[in-house]
Amino acid sequence: MNKTKSVRIAAMAGLMAAAAIPAFAADTITVASWGGTYQEAQTKAFFDPAAAALGITIKQDTTNGLDDVRLQVTGNAVKWDITELGADECARGSKEGLFEKLDYGIIDKSGINPKLVHDDWVGISYTSVVLIYRTDVFGDKGPKTWADFWDVKKFPGRRALSSSQSTETLSVAALASGLPIDKVYPVDIDGALKSVDKIRGHVDAWWTSGAQAMQLVKDGEVDMASIWNGRAGTLKKEGAPVSFSFDQGVLTADCMVIPKGAKNKEAAMKALAMFVSPQLQANLPLYVDNGPVNEKAFETGKIPPERIKDINSAPENVKKQVLQDAEFWRDNLVEATEKFNNLIQQ
Amino acid sequence: MSTQSALPNETVADRTLNTRALRADARREELRLLALLSPSLLLVFAIIIVPVGWLFWLSLFDETGALSASNYARFFEQASYVKTFVTTFKVAFIVTGACVLLGYPLAYMLSQLPRRAASICLIFVILPFWTSVLVRTYAWLVILQRKGLINSWLIDLGVISQPLSLANNFSGVVIGMTHILLPFLVLPLYASMKTIDTDCLRAGMNLGAGPVATFRQIFFPLSLPGLASGVVIVFVLCLGFFVTPALMGGGKVIMWAMRMEQTTSLYSNWGAGAALGVVLLAVTLALLGLFQWLLGARATGVWSSR
Repeated sequence: MNKTKSVRIAAMAGLMAAAAIPAFAADTITVASWGGTYQEAQTKAFFDPAAAALGITIKQDTTNGLDDVRLQVTGNAVKWDITELGADECARGSKEGLFEKLDYGIIDKSGINPKLVHDDWVGISYTSVVLIYRTDVFGDKGPKTWADFWDVKKFPGRRALSSSQSTETLSVAALASGLPIDKVYPVDIDGALKSVDKIRGHVDAWWTSGAQAMQLVKDGEVDMASIWNGRAGTLKKEGAPVSFSFDQGVLTADCMVIPKGAKNKEAAMKALAMFVSPQLQANLPLYVDNGPVNEKAFETGKIPPERIKDINSAPENVKKQVLQDAEFWRDNLVEATEKFNNLIQQ
Repeated sequence: MSTQSALPNETVADRTLNTRALRADARREELRLLALLSPSLLLVFAIIIVPVGWLFWLSLFDETGALSASNYARFFEQASYVKTFVTTFKVAFIVTGACVLLGYPLAYMLSQLPRRAASICLIFVILPFWTSVLVRTYAWLVILQRKGLINSWLIDLGVISQPLSLANNFSGVVIGMTHILLPFLVLPLYASMKTIDTDCLRAGMNLGAGPVATFRQIFFPLSLPGLASGVVIVFVLCLGFFVTPALMGGGKVIMWAMRMEQTTSLYSNWGAGAALGVVLLAVTLALLGLFQWLLGARATGVWSSR
């Protein structure tokens, strides 16, 4: 008698637990980003506060980019509710129809550059490509512009540029050929390639990851390089003898999307709205050097004034830089990268 | 032939009966062996034949999903494909050559050492095996780069005034890959050297051959099957190497596997990368065929000794 009762209770409990899972799952979303210190910063700046405010659980994963999203969407196995991508990947994925439409009734787009606000993707943060040089080699008279970087007579030394980020290197090459920052886009690809052709024999290493760029500069394997500002900032903090500025930087945006077929679309939309809000955006530069995408973040008073000048997307720094045009690269990436690879792999 | 006289009372009928029974037995044995083999054959079919076939199938479609030869046409349209293909084989040949030059004397020494000393030395061959390729590659970078150990020592000793370019170029790739692939040559070679019957060597000496002649005419030919299998393993592994050339080549030594990664992500199409795989597989098989033909019976020994 007693035994049957306890079995029944256990079964009931099991049923209740099973019934509770779907309700619980709806309030759990999975967000994928690039991992490392950047994602740790995003956790503190975006994910934890948004989860607390919305009363949901945000699980995390890491992504390798658009290929992962394409694999999940075309394979009908979407694991993520939100994922981060580079802006040109967002533009490409959008063309391929890999993302859900965003609801700008829920997401407030004011304060975000209109070039980064689209039907199915929205900007999330900025990275800059900057020119870094070693002060133990050049003192404070190192190369300041990309034209200096290209001038191998005036600035002898070993150089590194990115081969994997062909679009960024082509923007840099266009600047090196003497174009002012507002004339870089639309990029004259053949002109930029000619510029790359001039420097390629003097490039001692072509980097394919941020960590590699950092290692090349840190170990003195090269004297100057193109590098992402976050990596450059870390080198400086670690005490490496380096100098860089945002002059002629190339500002590239990251974006977030909801992959098509995401299981918790509604919760994801609300979370994404929180991520791009000025309040949470203002948290980001407190933890990492990637600048907020929402310029209203600078008006929240959360970011200390002395910190603002070091943030790449602060209004006065934005003026010195070229913004990578995601839609231009969506249409030209393949052809430009083919030509770029052919040139540097010759 | 000697069996003919073994049993004088044996009749012809007995003999056919015997032969038949033996043949039936052999067939049963074969079937049993096949049954035992079938799980692994199935596994090979499922994890090698099917994916390779699928890869070939994928390579025939462009990014819109239409049947096309565009993935292959690219090799002829863009010079960099041919260039990276040639680089891949150049690296593979040089690294394999370096492994043979370093590995053969090492394996020979190991095979001649007393058992205890040999097993201690073998640990040093196997130990790097347990370390991740990435870690070993970075270690080489630390040693070889401009301000690395070798350059700073040589400069401090006054041997050189300008640092040598050892990393972020072709030589860096060759050094790094040779180190990583050396055990793949040494281990099969050592195993085959250990099986060489020392009586053969003694017999040779007994007939008046000096140490050099004994080595050249007896030991070396007998070690060839092991050497050939080591060479094949190293060569094939070289062709697919990714991490070491990517990190040690400074972006100037692009091998085929790196090109596959670039191509797959650039064209957002598995077929584009698959076509590279198909070409590599075809050329590798052709080369291995040539290798076997050139070495003739000895190379056949490689397969039968496995």
